[in-house]
Formats: sequence, C-alpha cells, structure tokens
Amino acid sequence: MAGAQTYEPIATQTLGSTAATVTFSSISAGYTDLVFVIRCGWAIINNAPLTLTFNSDTGTNYSYTRLLGNGSTASSDTSGTNSNIDIGYMPGTNGNGFGTIILNIMNYSNTTTYKTILDKWEGQASISTKQYVAAEVGLWRSTATINRIDLAFPSNLIASGSTFTLYGIKAA
Amino acid sequence: MATPTYTFISSVTVGSGGASSITFSSIPSTYTDLCLKFSLRSSSSVGSYDAVRLTVNGNTSLISIRDLYGSGTSAGSEAPATTDSNVFTYTSNSSNTANTFGNLEMYFPNYGVSSAKSMYADGVSETNASGSILVLTAGLWNSTSTISSISIAPYLGGSTFVQYTTGYLYGIKNS
Repeated sequence: MAGAQTYEPIATQTLGSTAATVTFSSISAGYTDLVFVIRCGWAIINNAPLTLTFNSDTGTNYSYTRLLGNGSTASSDTSGTNSNIDIGYMPGTNGNGFGTIILNIMNYSNTTTYKTILDKWEGQASISTKQYVAAEVGLWRSTATINRIDLAFPSNLIASGSTFTLYGIKAA
Repeated sequence: MATPTYTFISSVTVGSGGASSITFSSIPSTYTDLCLKFSLRSSSSVGSYDAVRLTVNGNTSLISIRDLYGSGTSAGSEAPATTDSNVFTYTSNSSNTANTFGNLEMYFPNYGVSSAKSMYADGVSETNASGSILVLTAGLWNSTSTISSISIAPYLGGSTFVQYTTGYLYGIKNS
C-alpha cells in the first residue's frame, strides 16, 4: 500500500497577464513546512526585489541577511526592521528572462516561535543590468501560524507567464 | 488516490570502469519541474576539487552561468568565460580524502515552457582537509525547447566520474 503523501501541492498560480501582487490565502495549517517555488520576471527591465509579507502584516516586523554574487563580486547585507522581506531580484523579461526563487518556510504553524525562511534565488536574463545568485535567511517576528502570503513588486508589474507554486511538507 | 507530487524518474550508478558523463535522456515532459541529486567524485587529481560541465538537450553554447562560492578562506563570485560557459559547479576529486564524494542538487522549474529555462544548483566538494568548496549557481539555458536531456561531466578532458558516483532524477508536479 502506498505511503501517505509527504510533499503535496497546495496551490499554484500562473499569471495570464501582468499583476502587481500575487496572494496565497487560507493556507492550511495541516503541514509541517512550506516550500514555495517561483519562476518570475518583471514586465519591464527594472531590477528590483520581489517582496514578501505574511498574514497581511506590513509592520516593521521583518529582517533578512543575504549573500549575493553577481558574477564578479560576492557581497553580503542585512536589514533588521523592514515592512517586508526582499526575496529576490528578478530580471526584466523582455519576453525571455525569468528568475527562480525557492523558499523554505519551516514550522510555519508553530505558535511558539518566530517564523524563518531560507531563500535561494537567481535572477538572470539575456538582457539585464544585474544578474545575481543568492542565499538568504529571513525572519518574521510573529508567533502566528502563517495563513497568507503576499508577493509584490511595489513599482512595477510581475510579468505574464510567471508561476508560483506552494507545496506543503508533512513530517509524519 | 492523490496524484504523486514528487516522483522518482530514473537513476544512474557508476560502475567499476568510471563514466565520462552522467546523462538523463528521454525525460518525460509531463512534470512541472525537475530536480536532480548527485553524489559525485571525479578521477582528476588536479587541485582540490574538479569543475563540472552541463549539457542540456545536447547543447552547451546556449548556457550562461553566474555562481557564488566559498572555500573556507574566501568568498567570491564568477561568470565563466565563453569557452567554459557551461561550467556550473565544483565537486570532489581524487585528491580528496578517500571514499569522500561531493553533493549536488539541481532544480529546473517549468522545464517545459516555451521560453528560456532557468536553473538553480547547490554543489559542494568535501574532504577531511583544507580545500573544500561550496557553490551556489544560477544558470540559464537560452532555448524555448522542452528539456528532454540533461548531462554532466568532469571539466578536465579524460577525467571520469568514479565508481559509486550516483545521480537521481525526480519530476515534480504542481497539481
């Protein structure tokens, strides 16, 4: 008899047109961890970060530290009191460039701990002013179960064809 | 019964003669993403680790790479030169501690879409001494074709992946 599913798709969205935001809401608390796989770009060449918030919280409750490489220089930065987490610099598509973001959100329904994310992202296009590969850790200073994730690019539009898939992982 | 999300497709285990490359071909187009996991060791004894080349659908010229690495003493970032444009990670070689293999994971999201394909990879070499390396890689295969074949090979000509090197291909469905 087949074992129970451990790694399950929760929801997926593929943009048929440009969008300012992408939202995953009513996330079940029935998993242990979440994995978010994103392939996206911007509608125009304007390399700026995709941002993430949890549970509609736009207070200064987020921080992150990241390690970046752009093909010639390695660097690191950190930011401690933000209203969101920058989760990746994506390329402007001009029709042919999408970046990849893989987010791991562990123990997202644990009500005694703050929520951490491990983020790996790459933003590369055939025509782009910035091309990055990066690893990042983020923190949401809340003990609430994550039931909603909002992604946004404040001054641009997420490109048509971008895909966002949320998976749940069960520990048992 | 629920549709499996994360499905084993095929594997390769290198035998006693070594292998000049590891190839996954005839990859089904029915998944959303591909994930490959390797345990690698190169026969080369040049330097503390060996570079690894990538070929997609038999093609190497449409690949571009940016990586971020740490060696334990320094960190850096590089974009391989045109002649090495498909060199995308580093792994253990035969100058490392015996019986020690490097790990590599590669992820290709939306490998069937009709636009350029992105790739993310984590690779590490390992040895019980100085000289190991960790590499994060961003890759682009600038083709609109569905990925049907993925191959990796040691950088230096004549080098092989040694016996007990393994590779596993998984397909991931988003619904």
